[in-house]
Amino acid sequence: MSIFAYQFMQYALLGTAITGLTAPALGIYLVQRRLSLIGDGIGHVALTGVGIGVLMNKSPVLLATLVAALGAVAVEIIRERSRTSGDIALAILFYGGISGGVFLVALSRTSVNLNSFLFGSPLTISDADMATIVVLGAAILAVCLGLRPWLFAVCQDEEYAKVAGLPVRTLNVVIAITTAVTVTTAMRSIGLLLVSALMVVPVATAQLVTRGFGSTMALSMVLGLASGVAGIVISGPSDTAPGATVVLFAIALFLVVAIGAAGRRAWRRRRMPGEPAHCDPPDVLLSQEGRS
Amino acid sequence: MFVTTVLRVRHGVVAYGERPVLRGVDLTVHTGDVVAILGANGSGKSTLIRAALGLVPLSGGEIELFGTPLRRFRQWPRLGYVPQRLGAGGGVPATVGEVVAAGRLGRRGWKPATRRDREAVRAAIDAVGLADRTKDPVSTLSGGQQQRTLIARALAGEPELLILDEPTAGVDAASQETFAKALGDFVHGGGSVALVAHELGPLASLITNAVVIHDGVVAHTGPVPPPAGHHADPDHDHVHPHAPGTAPGLWERP
Repeated sequence: MSIFAYQFMQYALLGTAITGLTAPALGIYLVQRRLSLIGDGIGHVALTGVGIGVLMNKSPVLLATLVAALGAVAVEIIRERSRTSGDIALAILFYGGISGGVFLVALSRTSVNLNSFLFGSPLTISDADMATIVVLGAAILAVCLGLRPWLFAVCQDEEYAKVAGLPVRTLNVVIAITTAVTVTTAMRSIGLLLVSALMVVPVATAQLVTRGFGSTMALSMVLGLASGVAGIVISGPSDTAPGATVVLFAIALFLVVAIGAAGRRAWRRRRMPGEPAHCDPPDVLLSQEGRS
Repeated sequence: MFVTTVLRVRHGVVAYGERPVLRGVDLTVHTGDVVAILGANGSGKSTLIRAALGLVPLSGGEIELFGTPLRRFRQWPRLGYVPQRLGAGGGVPATVGEVVAAGRLGRRGWKPATRRDREAVRAAIDAVGLADRTKDPVSTLSGGQQQRTLIARALAGEPELLILDEPTAGVDAASQETFAKALGDFVHGGGSVALVAHELGPLASLITNAVVIHDGVVAHTGPVPPPAGHHADPDHDHVHPHAPGTAPGLWERP
């Protein structure tokens, strides 16, 4: 009998597949506005929520979602308000978050294994966890796909979106909260410290070969899903760390596609030598600088 | 009500920190006007239109859009903004069609796109001569084609007033011609324009009124003044000392 006949393996597969599908769907917006690492920071903050949950004997997933959402909105306020000191404020928030989590869990004097939150523990996903993951995953997809034109506009050119009359601040808060929900949905399957990889790596892989935003989003979701499934299928029988296997598989895909894309470019160049790149003739450039 | 003034700035003052950039500037754009805001680098001309769009707060004076004070103005689809350049989007590719469609969202509201919306996007891309590049990533376009993409994005919302920040900076001659034609079509269709420029190039014939900003104040209002000094020479090398100490009149005609 295959080990995938066991319910815990099915939950592991489904939970990780949902993370693989949702993380890049949200992550593409973070990559678009050059906030690739923000998911990692929110993961740090979520650990304080886990700590509070353990200490109060309440659901760590629920409290992690609440604390991560508060943290994500704080990050958004810092991003909006400050241009120069934002960096330091984020560092304080993130390291405060992870220290708070470790501190509170230790204070609880329980045998809770922090590693299962930091790096995922898909084989121990319970019925209640599974239900939460399915509901939150559906909500993430509804936001990322349903609001795509508006989120795209805000992440592509925030000033333009403001002048176009879009509710920029509301949309930014929607992105922040969805980031927090994505992080905590992924907490049980691939872990708070690894989720950011699935937000960024499949997008980076997809954009090597795609030409538009819609196609990049679709391909990155397929790659994320494939990484999630492959990671569990590989790690199950071979008993490797599931979260790490998923991420390493995603990175391997990136390397294969990057090498393939580079090879294709080189092959094209050799086939069509001497064709110059399309550019404006420099002698008709009238002015380079114009800011005032 | 027939609104004849689409944009009015009265004694606008803007300061970045302690440094005043605009020191009491007046600007009026009437329906059908094509107003060029001219001046040297650092004169405050871009700041003026950014303030008019609400992107930079005024520390004094007032701004009205279509007869409504800026802080109460909500009819943003009547306005089309064309920034200096397209952001990189973090390396995530976006096609010309996707970028231009973003310009329709203000009109479209939260509803799914109708055929009317899709037609407006297509017409805007046609107007700037990029129909054959609709599915191409904007990163593969030349600077001039990217600028035309931004114009199309603004046109997709079917605005009544176009506000352009340095539309001709670093743009090749062929693109400038297409650009001037698209702007001319917009004006003939009843639109009004306010544009910031360092030099006018093929746009010069469209301009109805010029405002010259020098060192944060209006130095000239009226018709486009003739090029002064060595600027009259079409081959002059385009290097300006920065204000203050520079005479107003730093632009050229082709």
